[in-house]
Amino acid sequence: MAKGVKPRVKVPKSAAAGDTVTIKTLISHKMESGQRKDSDGALIPRSIINRFHVTFNGQDVIDVAIEPAVSTNPYFEFEAMIPEAGEFAFTWYDDDGSVYETSKSVAIA
Amino acid sequence: MKTSLKGTLGMATAFAGLALGTGLMAGEDDNLIVNEEIEITVRAPAPEHVDAFDTIYSGWVFRSDETQALQADDFDNPAFVFVDTAIDAWNTVEGTAGKSCASCHGDAMESMAGVRAVYPKWNELAGEVRTLEMQVNGCRTEQMGAEPWKYDGTDMVNMTALISVPSRGMPVDVSFDGPEREMWEKGKELYYTRTGQLELACANCHEDHYGDMIRADHLSQGQINGFPVYRLKNAKMNSAHARFKGCIRDTRAHTFKPGSDEFVALELYVATRGNGLSVEAPSVRN
Amino acid sequence: MDLTRRDAIALGASAFALTLLPFRASAAADDAIAAFTGGADAAEGGVSLTTPEIAENGNTVPVSVDAPGAVAIAIFAAGNPTPDVVTAKFGPLAASQALSTRIRLAGTQDVVAVAQMADGSFVKASNTVKVTIGGCGG
Repeated sequence: MAKGVKPRVKVPKSAAAGDTVTIKTLISHKMESGQRKDSDGALIPRSIINRFHVTFNGQDVIDVAIEPAVSTNPYFEFEAMIPEAGEFAFTWYDDDGSVYETSKSVAIA
Repeated sequence: MKTSLKGTLGMATAFAGLALGTGLMAGEDDNLIVNEEIEITVRAPAPEHVDAFDTIYSGWVFRSDETQALQADDFDNPAFVFVDTAIDAWNTVEGTAGKSCASCHGDAMESMAGVRAVYPKWNELAGEVRTLEMQVNGCRTEQMGAEPWKYDGTDMVNMTALISVPSRGMPVDVSFDGPEREMWEKGKELYYTRTGQLELACANCHEDHYGDMIRADHLSQGQINGFPVYRLKNAKMNSAHARFKGCIRDTRAHTFKPGSDEFVALELYVATRGNGLSVEAPSVRN
Repeated sequence: MDLTRRDAIALGASAFALTLLPFRASAAADDAIAAFTGGADAAEGGVSLTTPEIAENGNTVPVSVDAPGAVAIAIFAAGNPTPDVVTAKFGPLAASQALSTRIRLAGTQDVVAVAQMADGSFVKASNTVKVTIGGCGG
């Protein structure tokens, strides 16, 4: 597991059934592009978050394939529909095989 | 206000490469409200001891709309990734005394409110001016029995970012008429001393040419109310001393070390030039 | 290193030429887009792409795309060493087919968004983003 990787997500705690909510996510990751060289001129190997997947109660919201052109500490903002009370599951996949997960519950107001 | 650089050889050489522009600022009339809640004073009447300006401006004013927007919401502000890391460190027991920061100071969001606003500050017991970093290391070595952190290392700058959070919106109010006066005078002297092959003092850029272009950038007044800052350039937190070091290096001089007496004095002086602006740290700059 | 005056002028001239020629569509970008569309033509319109006109730092450039009714949107940076940026697939609980993110641009160039619509057709939009070189090490 890469060091210091920390996911952050911002999701409203409650919504009306059928509401649209804006979700913001960010994960701390250096997103080493594989293009840079170290002080000896050797290529620093690529090490990035390569996929970000979001579901709500098991149903897909968004699934993003990520390339090295995404900035350090990858940030995504998107909109989801809340059909019922439930839970968002956020998953980030690291080149090194690590998987970072976090979840957020949404109540129906 | 735009005269003092003309006519020196150093100036001619420097600005042949730096291309002075027209003096437009990106968001000169915009205001900053963080989380729709914290009003940040980004322009204020200049303190009496600053002769060069009528108005002082936060560095935020000089940034592009997109960079400015990153600071309006703590979720959009990438600095908060590092603040989160520092919260873990705050609660981690370290050293021979078996204490964490929280053991003495509880919740940083309460106990640290107002602290960033008054640093650097005279420490009577130590008989010296202390920056926030020195105070943190003072706690670590004297209270916790832990190893001091590197002055401008990641652990330290993340921690000063965290400590700054509860002071946001409070006016910078750094004293300089008490026992710290000697350091302040020393800092003032440094501010006006030309350094390096380019023979530039802080004042030559940040007093005489703020708002002008330096290559493709707007020069700011060099205020440090937003420090530590998250820079888009290196995607991490940057301390005031690291910025000082970068500036002096850019004049092609041998620079002072972060944590040195010179930089402590300079930070004290520069901080007082921003008295009246809000604490804005952790801020976002390019 | 011995740098003659002539070398210095030549270097300066080539650097100047580079600054005048932003990266436009490249073969690599065309290939990357074709890989997404399967070679199908993409019509202009139907996808909105929001980018800054001038990015203060190429390390972190905010980009938003919105293509109502799309099943997937891909973003390309035509002038990057690797043009692919992200490909987002929208599920049934996506309330809009829109995404905002922050991307790296190696220099002034075109950013291209291509959306795959529900009927299998493709639409695209393209913006030029000027990437400045900062002042003091920025």
